[in-house]
Amino acid sequence: MVEDRRFGDFIAYVILSIGVLIVAFPVWLTFVASTWDAATIINGKLPLYPGPYFFENYNRILFIGTSSTTREPVLGMMLNSFVMAMAIALGKIFISVLSAYAVVYYRFPFRMAAFWIIFVTLMLPVEVRIFPTFKVVSDLRMLDTYQGLAVPLIASATGTLLFRQFFMTIPDELLEASRIDGAGPFRFFKDTVVPLSITTIAALFVIQFIYGWNQYLWPLLVTTKDSMQTIVIAIKKMIVTSDALTEWQLAMATAMLAMLPPVLVVILMQRLFVKGLVETEK
Amino acid sequence: MAQVTLINVKKIYPGGVEAVKGVSFDIPDGGFCVLVGPSGCGKSTLLRMVAGLETISAGEVSIGTRIVNEIGPADRDIAMVFQNYALYPHMSVYENMSYGLRNRGTPKDEIDARVKEAARILAIENLLERRPRQLSGGQRQRVAMGRAIVRKPQVFLFDEPLSNLDAKLRVQMRVEIKKLQRALGVTAIYVTHDQVEAMTLSDKLVVMNGGQVEQIGLPSEVYKKPASKFVATFIGSPPMNILPGTIDGPGIVALGDAILEARDLREDLAVQTPVEIGLRPEDVEIASEGQAGSLPFDVEFIEELGATQLFHGQLAGLPFVMQAATDVVAAQAGRIWITVDPDRVHVFDTVTGARLGHV
Repeated sequence: MVEDRRFGDFIAYVILSIGVLIVAFPVWLTFVASTWDAATIINGKLPLYPGPYFFENYNRILFIGTSSTTREPVLGMMLNSFVMAMAIALGKIFISVLSAYAVVYYRFPFRMAAFWIIFVTLMLPVEVRIFPTFKVVSDLRMLDTYQGLAVPLIASATGTLLFRQFFMTIPDELLEASRIDGAGPFRFFKDTVVPLSITTIAALFVIQFIYGWNQYLWPLLVTTKDSMQTIVIAIKKMIVTSDALTEWQLAMATAMLAMLPPVLVVILMQRLFVKGLVETEK
Repeated sequence: MAQVTLINVKKIYPGGVEAVKGVSFDIPDGGFCVLVGPSGCGKSTLLRMVAGLETISAGEVSIGTRIVNEIGPADRDIAMVFQNYALYPHMSVYENMSYGLRNRGTPKDEIDARVKEAARILAIENLLERRPRQLSGGQRQRVAMGRAIVRKPQVFLFDEPLSNLDAKLRVQMRVEIKKLQRALGVTAIYVTHDQVEAMTLSDKLVVMNGGQVEQIGLPSEVYKKPASKFVATFIGSPPMNILPGTIDGPGIVALGDAILEARDLREDLAVQTPVEIGLRPEDVEIASEGQAGSLPFDVEFIEELGATQLFHGQLAGLPFVMQAATDVVAAQAGRIWITVDPDRVHVFDTVTGARLGHV
């Protein structure tokens, strides 16, 4: 029996290792490419170990920029992406928590109608309403601004739905106990609902941060100035399709840099995730 | 500390359903009132109206000298203990107990003193830093009580606070709640569906059914003189036997061929009026065969309960249960003869279920 289990474990680990390799190899290749010079990559004989140009490549891409297409340094683009992702994530959490709180705890006229109106926007993602949205943003003179990048992406129903479902699991007795304890609607929200939702908020933050960071189509439309570019767009622009030479080592370095913040967010938030799964505090 | 008065209190839900159909009673200062009844009888709704968690459709609720109909739950000077305790899961025991006081802007040292005092009374001093999920059911119950005590309210409201506890702990907490309420002298309203809790805790028992009060009185009164067939069968365990009979004369009822004397029976009832006769299993005594006023009881099987035993069988062709001391030996099946004290024969109207006793 012991033999059997060991064998089973061995097989499981082999399969898992293959999975890890499949996921990790392209990332490793990207990293390796970002540490060699252009010539090594171009001649098609890229080694599988890091080269000597790590500092040179990253220094150049972060602070100077490529020589041909996007001449801006990537650091500024990372800042743009970061501002946009944070604004989307935080903005979405803010309006979702509030709207879900209203829909769940208040009895106002057309409450369910309001909820359904929010709900049907799920069928209208940015891609579907892109032209009218662009028109609105441009009429409001929000092109090439952070507001223009973030606000249209904040408005969506996913967060509201998520919080609504969560709030409905909070026992009514907690609300009643709060009322007897002299907590009004705002206190109940601040002292009970938000602390209980922390793990849900963390989950939504991670999802929305990555969603915001990875935005491609919308930033492509609303930004024209190089100084407002996001890093995801920059990667695309660096890979030139015309006769100019693509500086692959710099594109790869940019890709590595573009990957860092989402990975960091996941790693930092993971603890809260696990906590949320292990402790059901209700 | 205050008296609580309810005058013709009604709860009508928007759909037109009348959950509470006009209830009036009062609880003296420091009294312990238990609302008991089957689920859906409106007892919780009534409690929640006193708490201010439900609006009062009609009638008047006053606490002390104040009519509280339009006053919010926080300002009614009440504290409530919920069935599932409703402790704030993200707060420590200390924070849970002090939350109400903090919201009222009570000075910090006073909060601290009150929480420590309540914790001492309830023997939960060592739990103050814990979170509710780290506590057992009984401990959570104590914290919920503590949260009520620190407020020093005029009225305690309990909404089935013991139904989530196991049987042993329930008995223990029942005694503690009673002791605590006596010691603090705070008026209490307690909702339960458990008739043992109702009997043991109350000094004013309100039996409810279908949104109406069936009977109000001391628990012993309610037990000895149930005002209706509903109360008679609801209070007491095992429940009272109800058998069809007829009036046979003043103070006499007929049960099949046998005749029973009933001391608490109205004289103005015509002979042959059909009635329902209630006999508590514990009031039945074994007689010798042929003894005057004895009834034949065909025992079918016996349940041993340890302290007592229950004889199940048929009396005049109808299912019947009697309780007997363990030293009574009866054949597993066979006929025995029984008598009932005329003071303990209850007679009810067949239609309304009302007690046909002296007023």
